[in-house]
Amino acid sequence: MTTHSNNHYYVPHGALYPVVLSAGLLTLASGFIFSVATDKNKDLAYLQTPGKWMMYIGAAIILLMTFKWLSAVVVESITGQYKKWEDKSFRIGMIVFICSEVAFFAAFFGALFYMRIISVPDLAAFDPIFTPYKDFLGTWPSAGPGGTVLGTEYKPGTLTPMAAWGLPAINTALLLSSGATITWAHWGLLKDNRKQLIFGLFLTVALGTAFLVCQAFEYHEAYTHMGLTLGSGAYGATFFMLTGFHGFHVTLGTIMLIVILLRSMQGHFSAKSHFGFEGVAWYWHFVDVVWLGLFIFVYWL
Amino acid sequence: MSTTTVAHHDEHTDHPTGIMRWLTTTNHKDIGTMYLTFSLIMFLVGGSMILGIRAELFQPGLQLIKPDFFNQLIGVHALIMIFAALMPAATGFANWMLPLQIGAPDMALPRLNNWGFWLLPPSAILLTLPFTLALFGIGDGALATGWTFYPPLSIQGGIGVDFAIFAVHLLGISSVLGSINIIVTLFNMRAPGMTLMKMPMFAWGWLITAFLLIATIPVLAGAVTMLLTDRHFGTHFFDAAGGGDPIMFQHLFWFFGHPEVYILLLPVWGFIPQILQTFSRKPMYGYKAQVYSLWAIGAMSVVVWAHHFFTAGMPVPALLYFMYSTMAISLPLAVLFFCWIKTMWRGSMSFETPMLFTVGWIILFGIGGLTGLVLADVAADAQYHNSYFVVAHFHYTLFAGGIMGIMAGVYYWLPKMTGHMYNEKLGQLHFWLTAISFNLTFIPQFFLGLAGMPRRIPDYALQFAEFNMISSMAAFVLGLSQLIFVYNIISTVKGGKKATSQVWEGAEGLEWTLPSPPPYHSFTEQPIIK
Ligand code: HEM
Ligand SMILES: [Cu+2]
Repeated sequence: MTTHSNNHYYVPHGALYPVVLSAGLLTLASGFIFSVATDKNKDLAYLQTPGKWMMYIGAAIILLMTFKWLSAVVVESITGQYKKWEDKSFRIGMIVFICSEVAFFAAFFGALFYMRIISVPDLAAFDPIFTPYKDFLGTWPSAGPGGTVLGTEYKPGTLTPMAAWGLPAINTALLLSSGATITWAHWGLLKDNRKQLIFGLFLTVALGTAFLVCQAFEYHEAYTHMGLTLGSGAYGATFFMLTGFHGFHVTLGTIMLIVILLRSMQGHFSAKSHFGFEGVAWYWHFVDVVWLGLFIFVYWL
Repeated sequence: MSTTTVAHHDEHTDHPTGIMRWLTTTNHKDIGTMYLTFSLIMFLVGGSMILGIRAELFQPGLQLIKPDFFNQLIGVHALIMIFAALMPAATGFANWMLPLQIGAPDMALPRLNNWGFWLLPPSAILLTLPFTLALFGIGDGALATGWTFYPPLSIQGGIGVDFAIFAVHLLGISSVLGSINIIVTLFNMRAPGMTLMKMPMFAWGWLITAFLLIATIPVLAGAVTMLLTDRHFGTHFFDAAGGGDPIMFQHLFWFFGHPEVYILLLPVWGFIPQILQTFSRKPMYGYKAQVYSLWAIGAMSVVVWAHHFFTAGMPVPALLYFMYSTMAISLPLAVLFFCWIKTMWRGSMSFETPMLFTVGWIILFGIGGLTGLVLADVAADAQYHNSYFVVAHFHYTLFAGGIMGIMAGVYYWLPKMTGHMYNEKLGQLHFWLTAISFNLTFIPQFFLGLAGMPRRIPDYALQFAEFNMISSMAAFVLGLSQLIFVYNIISTVKGGKKATSQVWEGAEGLEWTLPSPPPYHSFTEQPIIK
């Protein structure tokens, strides 16, 4: 005879969110391409304004669809569709997703190490007879040797590197304590202490926001007083791309924290079932750990 | 495994019909069908592009196509074949078959699953739109760098490069979503009692593929993002004037690119042994050895990437390391070959179309692997690199090893999916035409490469004329033979002899316990495996 397990897995009803979301992404991507379109042979500048509008429309679609999709999931969650089995799916899924994010950052860390260890010293080590880069010292931080490339002349200029023990150290303290406050909030949730949960989340949001404000200030300083821009060679590129993508993730994380805070205030989540909370907390810890890597390798060493 | 009967009550008769069914579906079979259909369409699109190339190469001299357009066709052909034909086919099978094979009600994250598919058509649009825009005088057409995006060419290129970069981004999101879904499904949705080491081989192949995708696709996304900022925002990642290095792009790209070739093949290595055991009517040989080999190949594939640019300049110890590590992958691969052959050994074999494709696959993919071994030799590669020898090598691995493997899978599972038997005579005709014309297309390219003909050129020296002519003619036969395949699939979907549940006499596994076609909701209650 046959035996069956009696588990039932919730397969959600179909929805248009994913398709429309993809259409939004297509609009955003094409809009972006048009908005930066330049071409040596043909004049493409007339594409830039329509491109910008496409970007706005695409972004609006994406935001709206993300909101609707996640709202549907929240409704399914509070009406009790998700039991232990589904919960485990979400957990494994979130872990794998965070792993893929780690790989994304690894690409940029890889670029940083490659430039510091290989390409910058190599450029300095050219035989003086052959090098187009006469006075180049392969030291870090480097804006590169300069020179004429593809007809454009690059002047590396003087840049001041971002010192580790000023604002960045404060930012480290902010993020590390936010990691502590979210754990404290989690303890509150586990003890069914709503006040501790809400207050802990509020503190975390505040610390995340403070971090972002500091970073905005730091970028402003870099551009206005330090001669440090995206175009400042190897150092500028890796500095801004790494901290920029990290800052983008902090922004996303803060928005997610705000959502979780609002949901907690609505009375969502229980000591037993709170994947939404934990997923965001994991994400936040991940962002935290990436920052430690940044602090050590981008600012400090 | 216990035999199972499944209560299939069609409870959800309320799901939408018509186009809305496909746009909104969360059903793994519907999504699998969309993936497979998309893959077939893009296979034909990518195939017609390359026939344009082969027509131009029929004779020396420039006849039909301008060099720049030639380069665009080559790059888009490759991107389409890899990302829009081969990968979606494997994902389509995963969607269709994994839940059936492991006794799951559906994929674990059905809505994400739907999104994973619906990211593909926009990517295909992004890849091909520049061609259309160029017709209206906007931009110069698609990317003309080949599928590898090497700077500085890709930094100088027009808006086609931007379109390709974003296409890769969307395809990347799709792959990551698909991988998350498959990993979660395999870890969380297996029927009670099905331990990891009782999983079907196809599940193993896909599990490792998914891990590789998670580890490498984001790196590709990062690399093309750097390209984008180099193009538009003044960064110097790949520009020596700022301390960057174009070769760094090659490292980043191939850190993804080499594992990618295994991403394309591991799912096939998963179901090939299943087909072999079905048509040899005996259990597959060396299940454990195969699982360990798949793991070994997956792990090693991320540490050998630099064999794709030996000639770009590297310290000698690095050259030696990448040479030996590349060659070392052949060891677990040889274990797999041994197991495949041993599975057939003294079996009571029969040669229906899936088995024909499988046996042909073993031989042809074997040639692909062996020529790879030759390329991995640093000294020899100095001559072979960037020549038609490489082109022939990777078509033995990707067309024979990839596409023909997928075709074996299509013939094997089509009766299960549609409930009808395909036309066996046409299937066999398709196999023989494909196998013969494939070899006639690509064997000459080995010789062309050895004689020094470089790849990605629209014109060539006179001494290469004969082989190119043979190759072009055979390529057209190869292309046209695929119409038989398409016809056979369509007519099987429409009707034909009814298929039984088991379909093949020797077939074993949970998917063959369900009726053909399986009910809309497969295992609403999970079977228990003993
Ligand atoms: C033991 C097995 C293999 C070895 C040792 C090997 C080795 C190599 C080497 C050294 C190259 C670079 C040649 C050059 O550009 O000079 C190469 C190119 C290539 N191989 Fe393999 N290979 C193997 C299997 C495979 C498999 C299984 C696939 C695909 C599924 C594959 C796909 C490719 C592709 C696509 C390229 C060319 C990429 C390009 O430049 O556009 N190879 N292989
Ligand atoms: Cu490789």
